[in-house]
Amino acid sequence: MSNVVIKLENVSKQYRLGNVGTGTLSHDLNRLFAKAMGKEDPTMKVGVSNRLDTVDGRYVWALRDINLEICDGEVLGIVGKNGAGKSTLLKLMSRVTSPTTGEIKIKGRIASLLEVGTGFHPELTGKENIYLNGAILGMTKKEISSKLEEIVDFSGIKKYVDTPVKRYSSGMYVRLAFAVAAHLEPEILIVDEVLAVGDAEFQKKAIGKMQSVSQSGRTVLFVSHNLTAVEQLCTTGILIQNGTIGMTGTVDEITSAYKQLSVDENELRRSGTRLVEFLDYKMTDMNGKAAQEVFLGDNFLVSANFKAKEQVELCDMSLDIRNDSNEFIGHITNADDAFEIKNIAHGKTVSVNVTVKNMCFSPGTYYISLWLGNAYGTFDYIENCIRFSVKQGDHYILRPYPFTHRAKTVLQSSWAFK
Amino acid sequence: MNTLNADKPGNILPKEWTMILRPKRNLLDINLRELWLYRDLVGMFVKRDFVSKFKQTILGPLWFIIQPLLTTVMFTIIFGNIAGISTDGIPKVLFYMSGIVGWTYFSTCLNETSQTFIKNAPIFGKVYFPRLALPISVVISNLVSFVIQFVFLCCFLAYFMIQGTDVKPNILILWLPVLVLMMAGLGLGFGIIISSLTTKYRDLTHLVTFGVTLWMYATPIIYPLSAIPENMKLFVIANPMTPIVETFRTALLGVGQINYLHLLYSFGFTVVLLIFGVIIFNKVEKTFMDTV
Repeated sequence: MSNVVIKLENVSKQYRLGNVGTGTLSHDLNRLFAKAMGKEDPTMKVGVSNRLDTVDGRYVWALRDINLEICDGEVLGIVGKNGAGKSTLLKLMSRVTSPTTGEIKIKGRIASLLEVGTGFHPELTGKENIYLNGAILGMTKKEISSKLEEIVDFSGIKKYVDTPVKRYSSGMYVRLAFAVAAHLEPEILIVDEVLAVGDAEFQKKAIGKMQSVSQSGRTVLFVSHNLTAVEQLCTTGILIQNGTIGMTGTVDEITSAYKQLSVDENELRRSGTRLVEFLDYKMTDMNGKAAQEVFLGDNFLVSANFKAKEQVELCDMSLDIRNDSNEFIGHITNADDAFEIKNIAHGKTVSVNVTVKNMCFSPGTYYISLWLGNAYGTFDYIENCIRFSVKQGDHYILRPYPFTHRAKTVLQSSWAFK
Repeated sequence: MNTLNADKPGNILPKEWTMILRPKRNLLDINLRELWLYRDLVGMFVKRDFVSKFKQTILGPLWFIIQPLLTTVMFTIIFGNIAGISTDGIPKVLFYMSGIVGWTYFSTCLNETSQTFIKNAPIFGKVYFPRLALPISVVISNLVSFVIQFVFLCCFLAYFMIQGTDVKPNILILWLPVLVLMMAGLGLGFGIIISSLTTKYRDLTHLVTFGVTLWMYATPIIYPLSAIPENMKLFVIANPMTPIVETFRTALLGVGQINYLHLLYSFGFTVVLLIFGVIIFNKVEKTFMDTV
């Protein structure tokens, strides 16, 4: 173990901006001239880092000075925003294109899956395409023949295997393509965002297959925007930002850093008529101390002050809680507690304390949105304005090991022999 | 071909790594062994080309025969009967068809391999395999159609011989495999050089299509070498296809001019072109995705 199988040393990749393909002759002559004079290549000097909104500079560094070591058996998740350089990194490692500077050292057979069904020919039958696609991915005819049955079974389209793939539905096409890819047996597997295909059942199957690949001790590099899939599959991760490695660490550290990154960039979204509006809000523990963490089973307080601009007869308040994948996990409203906020006079400020009891969400990061309004409309709605995390304590449930199964809630239970 | 050997000292990777990817590699660092490992892929590509070409056509592989047949008929009418160009006393049909069959192989090899990078960019952008596998598969799949056309030509030849026409297939036929290899080599060599250049300079794609047609007129396809006036002979002979086509025809029909020195020149030309082509192709394949 911990035998380095991929090593990147100062790897950078430069691309030309704008209309590639015109005026290249003059660029080439420029380069040749500089070379002949023993000068530095004029096109290499422009050091614009990778930002999608940069317009000055005719060359851009998609990746800049990447140093990375990947070990035997590691399942590495690569996350980052669009255009951060993830795919470029995979392309360099899978030899689709060469780095501009630096060195990539690889130990073992490498197969890349940047797309499913590369090279599928519409006129060929499913079976013929299995052979063709397998060969493109680096398998020999013998290897494919020995696995043909397995591949057909996995794809679940046995009936159609002798039909040209142009007659396939897109789902069948993708199933067949993934089935071939899943039966590759390289020492290093590079996968780019290909699990986002097929129906839910097939996705489950695909993720299962990937897990078994990684469990057999092979190295997997996985790029995806689907953080749940990354968390399920990977053990370690890297976060790519603007062409450089922003962070390396365990997969949980990386995904939460990435989520934090996307939240920080969103300003608070606020909507409503503002007939009544929030003045301030905070989250505290039961002693009134500001808190951002809650242990499982604990209670916490959310207090808010709001002010009416006109007289309002009826006003309800609610808290929506979402997790970091923006799934709606919990909803709390004053109506549930038969607590009425009525007849607020013009200009009057109301202070409310909401006690949230018995936290039962799985450890993770959560966001609360605050709402004021009534049956006729919204007065004020502030999205995801309070962020807190739930930690695993030791008094609600006695689970000595950390939560690995990503259920959304943790239910309290008591156990006894009958 | 020793220069193409990837195992030259100095190119050997340090033991512990199977592969080191660097921005630039040695011009002669050509991994032919890797290409050999992917020989099954070449076979699959050949099969794909063959199967997909005639799927959903009624006549299927008959098209292999119809193409040269119709061209021969047209050449016979236009150049033979209307223009009255000499065929050295050989029946016009045989004369033209023998030229066309050889030329077609060369020109389709050239045309198709010259599109390697542009046509296959979607595949090349997603997965690595030795890029040379594609042009080589093109040359092989065209060889299949060449063989079919050649057999067809032989049928015609046999028919004319039975009719008592004075055509003499001769011992030069033993040269045929070499001639075919040279045609393949020239087509492949020019094709991959052009395809390497088209990744940056698209203009060439326009040039190739009619360039090849023009080239045919500079080759003794519709006229015999003997009909060339002395002052233009050098020009026609400098064309490396000339000795090949002329020898090809002489071997089958027994009439023509054989010059082993010219043939040797063509052979040397082919080898140098191929080596040069592989080197330039190898250099371009590493980064063409960024410019194509």
